[in-house]
Amino acid sequence: MKKKVLAVLVAAAMCVSLAACGGNGEEKKEEKKETKAATEEQKEDKAGDKGRLMMATTTSTEDTGLLDYLKPIFKEDTGWDLEWNAVGTGEALKMGENGDVDVVLVHAKASEEEFIANGFGVERFPVMYNDFVVIGPKEPIAKTDDINAVFTQIINDQLPFVSRGDDSGTDKKEKKIWENLSLDPASDPNYIESGQGMGATITMADEQKAYCLTDRGTWLKQSKDATLESELEIVCEGDANLLNQYGVIAVSPEKYPELNNEGANDFIEWICSDKIQKLIGEYGIDEYGQALFTPNAGTDS
Amino acid sequence: MLEWLKSVVSDAGIISAVKVTFIMAVSSTAISSVLGILFGLLLERFSFPGKKIIVRINRTLMGVPPVVAGLVVYLLIMRRGPLGPLSLLFTIKGMVIAQVLIITPIISGMIYSYARKSAPSIRAFAVTMGATRWQTAKLIIRELRKEIYFCMVTGFGRSISEVGAVMLVGGNIKGRTRTMTTTISLLKSQGIFTEGVALGILLLVMAFILQWICDLLQKEGEEDENY
Repeated sequence: MKKKVLAVLVAAAMCVSLAACGGNGEEKKEEKKETKAATEEQKEDKAGDKGRLMMATTTSTEDTGLLDYLKPIFKEDTGWDLEWNAVGTGEALKMGENGDVDVVLVHAKASEEEFIANGFGVERFPVMYNDFVVIGPKEPIAKTDDINAVFTQIINDQLPFVSRGDDSGTDKKEKKIWENLSLDPASDPNYIESGQGMGATITMADEQKAYCLTDRGTWLKQSKDATLESELEIVCEGDANLLNQYGVIAVSPEKYPELNNEGANDFIEWICSDKIQKLIGEYGIDEYGQALFTPNAGTDS
Repeated sequence: MLEWLKSVVSDAGIISAVKVTFIMAVSSTAISSVLGILFGLLLERFSFPGKKIIVRINRTLMGVPPVVAGLVVYLLIMRRGPLGPLSLLFTIKGMVIAQVLIITPIISGMIYSYARKSAPSIRAFAVTMGATRWQTAKLIIRELRKEIYFCMVTGFGRSISEVGAVMLVGGNIKGRTRTMTTTISLLKSQGIFTEGVALGILLLVMAFILQWICDLLQKEGEEDENY
């Protein structure tokens, strides 16, 4: 008897894991239908509980804690459960292209426009921006607001620099600055690519006493929360070239009719509303003494 | 398909990742094998108070999550850690230290289990034949060689498949500490799947060749015995 129970349990566990690992498209679709059916059941149970909205976004929105802060408010206002996968901009857009998510919130305007031009997204709405800063040891680069001067000095003096090298929004920004200066970072033997997220890259820069380009939010949070106090400081901030614009795009319901387009549109409307824009503009002031994001929905950034 | 594999395999970044993986796996397997086999055999040979606890700790370490091992090594060798001045962080040497920490208990635990099963009878036989201690030890190792090969292959397999510890300690630095597995992880994070799959195939091929070599060694051993 005991054995039978065990066998049933094992079989059940296998079914669950099989369903969870379902790799090919068809299985995925089926799964989605199932979750849809499940959410519909939930709908009947509870009013104001509409189901799940899946978003792909960049690590910075998660690392700064902004999404954790917004999630319960979104649920209260619209009834959707916001879930997200925080990855690099490149991967986030890829998830949208594959129809794995309902909406994307990323920061690489050119790639976003290409995403829409290829028919994967409906329309891009600017949401907010934060800015990039260059962090590093105090010596030899003196603090400045001229990003070009800093990057030129890094190459000329062959200073250590840790790049993300992972095709993320931050990485694209960095590559663009080198490109605009027509400098080749590979000519600096102390230039390394970490291939990891922003937090890991900052830690590596701190270890190597190297310079690195980061978004301000991740830097503030990391320098405040890390066990060991960082020995790096901001050496460059305030340059107009260092702005980082976020856009939100619903994944095309024409390409992927099974996606939650209703939820995606609700989210876009919600995050661009005056109330939420105001909340975004105030986020971080309590904790870090400065806002992490500047809202700018409705502009054409 | 073949063209595609060829183009992936001839990529400079991929070649470097294969090289790093190989250097790391071979050196960590070699060091872990020496330490693990020695420790496993000694543990079987000698009885002492507290042996049970040591065996139990060994068994626990066999299942140590690699990221935990990676974290421990990271804390030891980081700039502000006790071994910071050696600047081992983000180097292949540092990765090998983490790997040795993961693989040695696996090898020693396996060897201990095998030896406990067969060594006593071999020892009894050797004693009746009047063998010296050294000859007995040699005989035990000879008789256990299949198990030893198997442990080494297992260790090597663990080594080439490791991601977490290697990512933490090695830092996944392009061209220096980026291994095949961390490359796959990075490619995936960039949404590039084809090259990741190619690397995965390459890893499998490596494992297959290794298994094959191991089989050959075993067969040779069996033929020897027929004389």
